[in-house]
Amino acid sequence: MSAEMRLNSFDVAAARRRCLKFRKRILDVSQQVSALHIGSAYSCTEIVDCIYHGLMRRAPDGTSPDTFVMSKGHGCMIQYAILEDLGVLGRADMDAYCKPNGVLGCHPDYGNPGIEASTGSLGHGLSMSVGMALAERGRGTGGVIYVVLSDGEVQEGSTWEAILMASSLGLDNVIAFVDNNDFQSLGRTSETHPSFYPLTDKFAAFGWETVEVDGHDAGAIFRAVTTRRGGKPFMLVAKTVKGKGVSYMENVPIWHYRSPNPKEYAQALAELEAATS
Amino acid sequence: MRNSFAEALYKGAQANPDVYVVVADISPAGSMGKFRDQYPERFINVGVAEQSMIGICAGLALKGCQPFAYTIATFSLYRPFEMVRDDLCYQNLPVTVVGMGAGVIYSTLGGTHHTQEDIAIAGALPNMQIIAPCDPAECTEATLHCAEQRRGPVYLRLGKAGEPVYTDKAVDPWIFGRLRYIRRGSDVCILSYGIIMQKAMQLAERFAAQGKSVSVVSCHTLKPLDVDGIAAALHRHRQVIVIEEHAPEGGLASRTKEIAWDTKAPCRLDTFTLKDAFIHNYGSHDDLLAAHGLDLARIASIVGAA
Repeated sequence: MSAEMRLNSFDVAAARRRCLKFRKRILDVSQQVSALHIGSAYSCTEIVDCIYHGLMRRAPDGTSPDTFVMSKGHGCMIQYAILEDLGVLGRADMDAYCKPNGVLGCHPDYGNPGIEASTGSLGHGLSMSVGMALAERGRGTGGVIYVVLSDGEVQEGSTWEAILMASSLGLDNVIAFVDNNDFQSLGRTSETHPSFYPLTDKFAAFGWETVEVDGHDAGAIFRAVTTRRGGKPFMLVAKTVKGKGVSYMENVPIWHYRSPNPKEYAQALAELEAATS
Repeated sequence: MRNSFAEALYKGAQANPDVYVVVADISPAGSMGKFRDQYPERFINVGVAEQSMIGICAGLALKGCQPFAYTIATFSLYRPFEMVRDDLCYQNLPVTVVGMGAGVIYSTLGGTHHTQEDIAIAGALPNMQIIAPCDPAECTEATLHCAEQRRGPVYLRLGKAGEPVYTDKAVDPWIFGRLRYIRRGSDVCILSYGIIMQKAMQLAERFAAQGKSVSVVSCHTLKPLDVDGIAAALHRHRQVIVIEEHAPEGGLASRTKEIAWDTKAPCRLDTFTLKDAFIHNYGSHDDLLAAHGLDLARIASIVGAA
């Protein structure tokens, strides 16, 4: 499929509707538990939706030759919501999220339906993606590995080992996304390491094709990936807002983890509905 | 042992197109060069980047491949420890982590290159299997096993180069997870693994010279350990001796003591290990072992074989 055809095949309005649905679903699940990394999931909602619904190829039986790795494992609620919507995970799985009889926890677990790698500890996903991409290349499958990293995760030395390897091996079937919401546990990532930014310069210096886009603009994400030059691994730096869509969550670190109370839940729901209506 | 590993790996790769070797800046000794030349797409050098070595192996294995991560033992297990734990063990992937030159073989390189605690560390990880062949012949068997097993991760603890063969006339064949009697006797049993088997064989000769009937056992699979086999050895011999090139905690010696206690073994049991210490001595491998108290004369005098 040509880049142009793929661009035309991605319906941005439909993506917006899906992202609203996923954010609401995550909000619902938040009422079952005291904590679920809601801010981290909201910041990469459009990215992960675009990967699953725009970029990964899908056969009629639902299988894909491509792979998704949620390297920032703490953002997995968006992956779960999408997998539930696709029918890969069941409603019962989501209802049992983080409960003793459930299989889904705060980080993706390999072996669960639709989960291709266990993550949670940062700095692991990109190396595993490089290995996966090597295997796909070795077998000539044409499989592409899509991997989402957090901006805090890019501080891990192991991430840079993988960045170096992907370009040295010429793995143009690694498509990575940095969810650059500028927050980590102890503050803004740009304040932790001011000289680290802009990130695109660093990735380009390590031999990656790289571009920065608005991480909540699904069309821009899709366009950036599908019109890449190719021949190198590709890194999309997505400028995002932690807790995107809910005013009191946006850029407030406590929403990295906690769940809204009933009053906050109602406000969040109203704001999400209003923003997308 | 390094060459027998490389040759077996080459054979394993010929038989199994999913075998990959991911090395961290280590020279491709022996047939490793052949492997690299013949299967360049399956030979990956990450450079001095051991975390990615393990992560890449995990990714390959997640796609059904059979990777080997290969470098000096301290760098294959300690440096990327969390990747070994999370990527390999937690996901239970059939990746072989090769620890080359384990123990204090790199005698002149100092403590940064010594692997004194690897069995304890690897052994504490769920799903991890540990194999430590005692000679090049066992190394071949173990490597071929690793090239086709799908059970989960393996830490393959190797020596370096030039080790003699002890098992060419062994009583038992090499079977994963089973003790292997190299020689079988009835009075004294010496349990060991890895290249320090040389001292076990020498000690056995001293006992034999006294007219004692001696068993020498290669405990090549440290995890899962053949607990029944060790219990049987403890109950069938009057004297049992463990010799290992590993710290006192979490190795064969401590496991054997646990089994002896659990099964109320009636035998005399002596264990000889590395000290729980970093030793700032240099010299030959044997000099380092002696500094740790692992010299034949000392062992023989304590166990009554002097």
